[in-house]
Amino acid sequence: MGKLWVISIASISILLPFLCNAFSPESPTDRRLLVLLDDFAIKSSHSIYFNSLKSRGFDLEFKLADDPKIALQRYGQYLYDALILFCPSVERFGGSIDYAAIIDFVDSGHDLIIAADSNASDLIREVGNESGVEFDEDPSAMVIDHISYAVSETEGDHTLIASDDLIKSDVILGSKRIAAPILFRGIGHSLNPANNLVLKVLSASPSAYSANPKSKLSTPPTLIGSAISLVSIVQARNNARILITGTLSMFSNRFFRSGVQKAGSHTKHEKSGNEQFLTEISKWVFHERCHLKAVNVKHHKVGETDEPALYRINDELEYSVEIFEWSGTSWEPYVANDVQVQFYMMSPYVLKTMSHDKKGLYSTSFKVPDVYGVFQFKVEYQKLGYTSLSLSKQIPVRPYRHNEYERFIPAAYPYYGAAFSMMAGFFIFSFVHLYSK
Amino acid sequence: MAAPETSTAAVPTLHTNNTVRNAFGGVLSFFILLLIGVLAFSIRLFSVIKYESVIHEFDPYFNYRVTQFLTKKGIYDFWNWFDDRTWYPLGRVIGGTVYPGLTLTAGTIWWLLNSLNIPLSVETVCVFTAPIFSAFASWATYLLTKEVKGAGAGLTAAVLLAMVPSYISRSVAGSYDNEAVAIFALIFTFYLYIKTLNTGSLFYATLNSIAYFYMVCSWGGYTFIINLIPMHVLLCIVTGRYSSRLYIAYAPLVVLGTLLAALVPVVGFNAVMTSEHFASFLVFIIIHVVAFVYYIKGILSPKMFKVAVTLVVSVGLAVCCAVIAVLIALVASSPTKGWSGRSLSLLDPTYASKYIPIIASVSEHQPPTWPSYFMDINVLAFLVPAGIIACFLPLTDASSFVVLYIATSVYFSGVMVRLMLVLAPAACITSGIALSEAFDALTGSIKFQLPGVSTDAEVDAGETSSDTTEAQNDEVKAEKPEETSKDRRSKKSKKKEREHVERPSAKAKVKTKAEKKRLLALPLEASAVSLLLLIVLGAFYVVHCVWAAAEAYSAPSIVLTSRSRDGLHVFDDFREAYSWLRHNTDVDDKVASWWDYGYQTTAMANRTVIVDNNTWNNTHIATVGTAMSSPEKAAWEIFHSLDVKYVLVVFGGLVGYPSDDINKFLWMVRIGGGVFPHIKEPDYLRDGQYRIDSQATPTMLNCLMYKLSYYRFVETDGKAYDKVRRTEIGKKYFKLTHFEEVFTTHHWMVRIYKLKAPKNRIRGKTKKSKSKTSSSSSSKTSGTKKKNPWH
Repeated sequence: MGKLWVISIASISILLPFLCNAFSPESPTDRRLLVLLDDFAIKSSHSIYFNSLKSRGFDLEFKLADDPKIALQRYGQYLYDALILFCPSVERFGGSIDYAAIIDFVDSGHDLIIAADSNASDLIREVGNESGVEFDEDPSAMVIDHISYAVSETEGDHTLIASDDLIKSDVILGSKRIAAPILFRGIGHSLNPANNLVLKVLSASPSAYSANPKSKLSTPPTLIGSAISLVSIVQARNNARILITGTLSMFSNRFFRSGVQKAGSHTKHEKSGNEQFLTEISKWVFHERCHLKAVNVKHHKVGETDEPALYRINDELEYSVEIFEWSGTSWEPYVANDVQVQFYMMSPYVLKTMSHDKKGLYSTSFKVPDVYGVFQFKVEYQKLGYTSLSLSKQIPVRPYRHNEYERFIPAAYPYYGAAFSMMAGFFIFSFVHLYSK
Repeated sequence: MAAPETSTAAVPTLHTNNTVRNAFGGVLSFFILLLIGVLAFSIRLFSVIKYESVIHEFDPYFNYRVTQFLTKKGIYDFWNWFDDRTWYPLGRVIGGTVYPGLTLTAGTIWWLLNSLNIPLSVETVCVFTAPIFSAFASWATYLLTKEVKGAGAGLTAAVLLAMVPSYISRSVAGSYDNEAVAIFALIFTFYLYIKTLNTGSLFYATLNSIAYFYMVCSWGGYTFIINLIPMHVLLCIVTGRYSSRLYIAYAPLVVLGTLLAALVPVVGFNAVMTSEHFASFLVFIIIHVVAFVYYIKGILSPKMFKVAVTLVVSVGLAVCCAVIAVLIALVASSPTKGWSGRSLSLLDPTYASKYIPIIASVSEHQPPTWPSYFMDINVLAFLVPAGIIACFLPLTDASSFVVLYIATSVYFSGVMVRLMLVLAPAACITSGIALSEAFDALTGSIKFQLPGVSTDAEVDAGETSSDTTEAQNDEVKAEKPEETSKDRRSKKSKKKEREHVERPSAKAKVKTKAEKKRLLALPLEASAVSLLLLIVLGAFYVVHCVWAAAEAYSAPSIVLTSRSRDGLHVFDDFREAYSWLRHNTDVDDKVASWWDYGYQTTAMANRTVIVDNNTWNNTHIATVGTAMSSPEKAAWEIFHSLDVKYVLVVFGGLVGYPSDDINKFLWMVRIGGGVFPHIKEPDYLRDGQYRIDSQATPTMLNCLMYKLSYYRFVETDGKAYDKVRRTEIGKKYFKLTHFEEVFTTHHWMVRIYKLKAPKNRIRGKTKKSKSKTSSSSSSKTSGTKKKNPWH
């Protein structure tokens, strides 16, 4: 029995790294990035973005997408922690990379940034589709917005959009508000509403639509309004993170530097929000933020310290777990008031919010229900932006032993009395009956 | 019969004096009994010799596991054992739901042997418990029959029981099940009851309660005892056979027996609360009333007695009516009338199939077919009526019990195959009586009519009711027919003359008893021929029993063999699968399978199961049944909610193993549908027929059980021909989306699948449906078009 529990504890401690086995559980931030480009000109035209990554300590490796020597893994080991696809028009990857290899890369817990563009290849569309978004099918379609376009010298076709319809989440975009609108020129995509893993970070304004800007609109556009997502993020079930956008120029130095004025608005921002937005979101994608880990799951009876192999019904117990958040450099205590633990057997018998000591230690105590069976301590913590925590630890609850029941119940004293008086009466009766003559 | 050497030695002693003969007879029957024990033990070893020393079938694996726990952890931990490896996540309180008799017996044997420094493994002890107890059972049969009809009948019954196929089927080496010890306990309890009834000794009455306690510990079939004995007591009272001996035989049994039975955790308060025990208390009251009436009768004058009777009867009747009305109201208020489902299906054989599919689904709960009677008790079926007649000549308390026993057990065996086991001892006892009486009569006549034997010996032989002579008679007759038949022709004419001469003189000399005997004597030829025929009958029985033991009942069912043109095939797939599970899965992984394989999985693979052969929670079994009969996705969700990691199915289509999951599947549908009404049996049947070929219904072809059984089956022979159903399957090429095959045994008999983890990502729309969805979305957006400011 004891051995069994050691193993189960071990299996639970394995659970977390299993969920994110790409990064070492000690420092989940990615280190080695592979950037696949259509041509090396992008390296210089998008240098601000790349330099910001480098300055944060990332190791970037630039390769042409059709380079015959590129490979994601060698001898079963992945060579990179994350992949940036800045190659919207690639039809076939070189080397050993293909569509399935990229999917496997993500499924083994690695991160991915996809930048499509107008005339994006089927391959890029398919990778996006596999991640949970659907680019507009029309290959020449772009997102057009005649209301909230970015004002520029030439009137243009209103495909350069200044969007500020961001997701309201500090944990994804950082605590500093992004004041300037974000410049976007590219294709839109839609999300499957049933998909709860994908989030729209930057959506188009209600007046946007997706169509070919050069031809006249003959049929109503299929993608319209705020259903169009400009930038989406995906957090897969294994906590791999994906950023998908329909533009490559958003990352470019030109867009980073240019000022922006939204049509109809008089405020002219000196600098677009692109740099701040993309930097913050890359922190999220590369696990510099919102990455939680739970360690030291402990439970024991009140007044004891050792973890028992099983509980008895109606025992009082204490449960504690430490939760930390990765700050990019170190593990900081995670502070929240909504972490709950369940005592679960087919349905939660106990559901309690845990209190914390501001140092990451969450704990609570409760009474085991009056039901025996194989229970689980479950912590299912899913909060927007954060990696999901899913801890479960099996613990059997046994009924009373034969000598743990009350020996003398006060309510039963009349019955005891009846039994003993009967015995005494029978004894007297036998005595009288046998010896009275 | 069993000892030819000793019997030849016995012949000359016939003529010595009585005490020596009795003593010799005692020794002889002791040795015969010893040999019967050896016979009973050794005939059950075929399974070990032909296969190996393994535990058989399903339930024995559970008992084995419990015994292991007992020997490791001791009796208190066993008593309080909460098993978290089964019925996940509910668990099972083993100590309170198991009949502990068998486990404690084997555990004690193991402990005894170990403390004697005989280091046998627990498994070995478990394997050989059943044969040992069948030897005990045949000795108990000897004792019981001896009490009823004398030692000769006892020996005959014992030897019959030692090799009756019905009992062999449940007690071969390795068949480590409750019945193995329970049959011994049953017979021994009956013996002690009869013994008390014959002697009126309170000592035996106490022993009887203890034996009853052992029976209660061992098997749920104890309710048979607690109903049969009251019936017999009632019968005795009704037929005017009430005596103080009857009172002593019955009253202590009810009081002590009930108290002791209530000590067994699994019985507990059931011993006084359920209707199964009601008869014993009713008869307990009746016997006291009768005893009281007899007492009153003794102290009152007949006239006063009559007055008293009318008074009491009129008052008593009124009270009785009131009490009965209350009782009936109480009982009727409960839906099952206070009876457990299994017992109700005994009284009303159609009950189970109507209301409880889970009871009806067990093959050993089906009514037996006629051939199974011949298979299981063979020639005893013909001897039983003769035995019953013999019991009536003369009818004693003891023999009336035997008659009642055989009558009830015949009825019960007709309801459930499993209860054939209760019939077997009754049939052996009555047949033993019949055979012994027949031999007695026939050898008696031969001896009487043989020239060489003096009349004195004849009288002695006829007179003595002592056990030894009869025992010797049995031995003698086995030898004599051959001798007599040889020189029969020469002596034939002389004999008749001599008899004519002798008769008048003998009449004068010999007592009237001898005279009576003479009148009953049969002609020599007739008796000799009948003897011969009886011996041939017995020989048939022996041949059949040995065949049954060797061929029919020794298969351990976890290892299967089949003989074909290219020789013997051994199918060891079950153990292959279980050891795969044991070595390749995590220790806390949950394995789902149909409940038949639950005990084996926990015992052999040491993995947690969802349901097992202890079918205590119908809903849980129905959940698994529903999952098996649902389409893949729904099944995945059910299994996932139960934390199942692996699904195990048994499939016989490749090698033609008929008791596989596809053949059991309709029961899963029925049991599942009983709780979850969206599973409907007609959906799985095409025109009322269960089929898996191309005519099968789409529900059938898409259910999980079909898919898991036939996944990749077409790759074996290219046609997907199912050898059990003798047809090509309906859907040959399909893929599994939520399950993946992880292991299939050598003969495909056990297939293990793993539940796939939920998909890491959720796709956007799929390529194929793209055109469709885009068209539908465009039609949808046309609705929203009016809101669009651009149009």
